[in-house]
Amino acid sequence: MHALVGPVRAYEHWLAQYRRVWRGTIGTSLLNPILFLAAMGIGLGTLVDASPNAPEGVRYLDFVAPGLLAAAAMQTAAAESSFPVLGAVRWNRTYHAMLATPLGVRDVLLGHQLFVATRVLVASAGYLAVLAAFGAVHSPLGLLAIPVAVLVGAAFAGPVMALGVSVEMGAAFPTMFRFGIMPMFLFSGTFFPVERLPALAEWAARATPIWHGVALCRRLTLGDVEALPALGHVGYLLLWTAAGLALARWRYGRRLSG
Amino acid sequence: MSGGAPMIHARGLVKRFDDFVAVDAIDLDVAPGEAFGFLGPNGAGKSSTMRMVGCVSPVTEGTLRVLGLDPTRDGAAIRARLGVVPQLDSLDNELTVRENVLIYGRYFGLTRRELRPRIDELLEFVQLTDRAGDRVEPLSGGMKRRLTIARSLVNEPELLLLDEPTTGLDPQARHVVWDRLFRLKQRGVTLVLTTHYMDEAEQLCDRLVVMDHGKIVAEGSPWQLITRYATREVVEVRFERDRPENGSLEGLAERVEELPDRVLLYSVDGDATAARLAERTLPPHSTLIRRSTLEDVFLHLTGRTLVD
Repeated sequence: MHALVGPVRAYEHWLAQYRRVWRGTIGTSLLNPILFLAAMGIGLGTLVDASPNAPEGVRYLDFVAPGLLAAAAMQTAAAESSFPVLGAVRWNRTYHAMLATPLGVRDVLLGHQLFVATRVLVASAGYLAVLAAFGAVHSPLGLLAIPVAVLVGAAFAGPVMALGVSVEMGAAFPTMFRFGIMPMFLFSGTFFPVERLPALAEWAARATPIWHGVALCRRLTLGDVEALPALGHVGYLLLWTAAGLALARWRYGRRLSG
Repeated sequence: MSGGAPMIHARGLVKRFDDFVAVDAIDLDVAPGEAFGFLGPNGAGKSSTMRMVGCVSPVTEGTLRVLGLDPTRDGAAIRARLGVVPQLDSLDNELTVRENVLIYGRYFGLTRRELRPRIDELLEFVQLTDRAGDRVEPLSGGMKRRLTIARSLVNEPELLLLDEPTTGLDPQARHVVWDRLFRLKQRGVTLVLTTHYMDEAEQLCDRLVVMDHGKIVAEGSPWQLITRYATREVVEVRFERDRPENGSLEGLAERVEELPDRVLLYSVDGDATAARLAERTLPPHSTLIRRSTLEDVFLHLTGRTLVD
């Protein structure tokens, strides 16, 4: 069997299920960016733009918008990799059904991850469209923010799925969002440059995958990309994706084929 | 399967979880077309054995061949030819009845074109045709079980593994499931099931093993087990008062079991035993003479202590 045949079969399950609920998700995928851009980009932005030290010397809307796009990718990926994974193990036993067929643990994991990537892709495309409508995309290169957002999603999906398959109850997830995802959302360069943080916190922020996603998306929508830093960001996100997948593969094996 | 080679062949099969031995060196052969049952209390190792046979749980030690193949090496190839009805439903509750079978069929790589007529046939077989377009979530337990069975047959398996197929169903629903399983057996599908319903085992199984603490403690056809481990008949006697002293009834039957609420006399001839009992005691509150069942065998072999 070709390496991707199994994952695609598992992926079909998630797509079939998504077909029943996609309308609802499209609504939130568009409403969220509109609210955030209106409040942060325009509302808060008029105050920031009036001050002498606006970040990077661009309109605050242009600064914050790509950051929000990357952060939304992180949040979508984390949400899709947490409760749905726990549910597939414990409540609906979807994984067990798959594993009774020729599909193996690897297919189950990659198929689900493929679906998480799809969700991030759809959400990011919607987000970028709203960005463009707000006039916050200044270059065709901005389109590349979508694959970068998908990569951000992939970097988060692995570790969160590893957690999701390991826990017995959903109580771990609010903790993860409160102490992991939320601080990254607030302090990893989305709303203000990490240089404003104390040195130690700055380096911590730079070590997160989300900072690399935010920085790269910002360069893309502003339209001034330098090749080397861009490759660095992509490489770092790929590294997290690979490590996350390896971690998830190990946890999935422990949980599902005991 | 050709030449009557066993569908399942196990020698010294062991499953260990850390220090706990779930399956303790069992030997097993299941022939093609046979309906084979695993009986045993909870925690006896039935499900662990089924999971190894289903190639989802690695063998710790010993030999296991399923359809002549080695689960360690050919797990996916074996699973492609197995049907599995798990103990807990794993249906897609948000999808329709039809979609459930369709998506499951896709796991096997069957095309939508192949699946269309097959799904019609399977839903007909489990009497769910008129619910084909309904979501699964509100269906009754019996319907869900039947859908699970339909789903497990989508790849036209040679070997069907059923882990407690009727646990939790009402009597009507159980009989419908038994009827479908019996038809599958008539078609030549090999059935392997676990159960702790003795009537289920008697109805469906040609041959069964009783497991306890990871070991096989008895093996044979339901009737063989009854004649070997019980007597032909049992006299169940209840006393309201004037209960004879413990031990005073010994010798009345081949085996006497005194329980808190009644006394069981295992006997070849129930009527004769009851008559002899009447000579020796005051009239009991009630006397029931019945045929021995697998339940008597089961309780004799695995004890009456509650297993949690």
